[in-house]
Amino acid sequence: MTYDLGVVRRYLPFLLNGIGITFRFTVVAFVLGAVLGLVVALGRIQRNPFMRLPCVWYTDFIRGTPLLAQIYLIHFGLPQVLGYKPVGWIDAMVALTINAGAYIAEIWRGAIESIDPGQMEAARSLGMTYSQAMRYVILPQSFKRAIPPLGNEFIALLKESCLVSVIGLEDLMMRANMMSGRSFRPFEAYFTVALIYLIMTLGFSRLVARLEGGLKRGRS
Amino acid sequence: MVEVRDLHKSFGDLEVLKGVNLDVKKGEVVVVIGPSGSGKSTMLRCINHLETPTKGHITIDGIRVDDPRTNINLVRQTVGMVFQHFNLFPHLTTLQNITLAPRKVLKMDANQAEEEGLALLAKVGLADKKDQYPDQLSGGQKQRVAIARALAMHPRLMLFDEPTSALDPEMIGEVLSVMKQLAIDGMTMIVVSHEMGFAREVADRVLFMDGGVFIEEAPPAEFFGNPKHERTKAFLSKVL
Repeated sequence: MTYDLGVVRRYLPFLLNGIGITFRFTVVAFVLGAVLGLVVALGRIQRNPFMRLPCVWYTDFIRGTPLLAQIYLIHFGLPQVLGYKPVGWIDAMVALTINAGAYIAEIWRGAIESIDPGQMEAARSLGMTYSQAMRYVILPQSFKRAIPPLGNEFIALLKESCLVSVIGLEDLMMRANMMSGRSFRPFEAYFTVALIYLIMTLGFSRLVARLEGGLKRGRS
Repeated sequence: MVEVRDLHKSFGDLEVLKGVNLDVKKGEVVVVIGPSGSGKSTMLRCINHLETPTKGHITIDGIRVDDPRTNINLVRQTVGMVFQHFNLFPHLTTLQNITLAPRKVLKMDANQAEEEGLALLAKVGLADKKDQYPDQLSGGQKQRVAIARALAMHPRLMLFDEPTSALDPEMIGEVLSVMKQLAIDGMTMIVVSHEMGFAREVADRVLFMDGGVFIEEAPPAEFFGNPKHERTKAFLSKVL
């Protein structure tokens, strides 16, 4: 077994060029997914079934099906019936956002439901409406509790974003495919790209752990 | 000021309140005692509609609390509640705990809210704790902040749900003395409590609840000195 460093050195700049796309897709899907997820989480905890059920269906469908199937459905499947023109980067962004939104919704919901019901009662007994109590009392506390699982979700999304390569986006993974094809050195290509992902995810884990530690020292 | 008529409340098959009647006049201090599980807290929580009655009527200042057309948020603005477990907002300082509702609900100017908040903190003896967070306070201090938070809405009625039950014994006195001062200032109060000393000293009337109904009510001297009902006697012999 050899790991040809010469090949790696030659293709490394080419590979690293894909980080931009990987990173951009991850960050945008994460931010949009966090907003979408918050709306869905708030819908899911309502008693009104017209608000709750669509949110339940959405999270169940997304979490119960593979991201790859979701990407194909949005890029190839739905254009057939809805008649829109498939655009790779938009479809990939939409698929990733919708996917992240479902997972993040469950994070928000868990954080909101972990807040002592006495907080809502205290807020309501002061005359606040449900929305005021959510906005000023429940959500600020939920945000803090959601930070560690949100960090994990960001890392998961960073890895899963590699699936956008299947519809032709030149992210890290796609560039590894191209490197493999051009150099005929698949081991160097895929082992190197794996290392690049590993360095990124380890870096973010550290960052999340530090955030978490800071929160523990701070207030609940 | 408060009228409770034939109040029933069930949780599933469990009927907790079985026809409660209560009248509280303006400025009156009523202490409700009784064994745990007798429905005292549930009754209190029905009064500001934290629980929805199964049957019966509750009126505060002529406004039907149980009427779905009533804007319950407006009613609650005038009814302060103090909880057994304080329920302070842990992400806010004590002063922010007190000013949040006046600022957001009453749309009070921030400076005025702070001014009033500081005066209330001084009133409960915690002026020096305004920038502390709840987890930096003792139980007794937390409960005094909770009382100040309720008072910041200028309530006409205060509900106390076992306000000293979660406190270490040495901290009970500081909370009771704040409540006593409130009574002296003329606040209308309904207090669910096990503090017999407080009931004897401060209450205008003491009510004994057992099995979801009021069994006996009397001014404290008569209630403690000469209870009529067997169950009241049995309860008092155990707790006094």
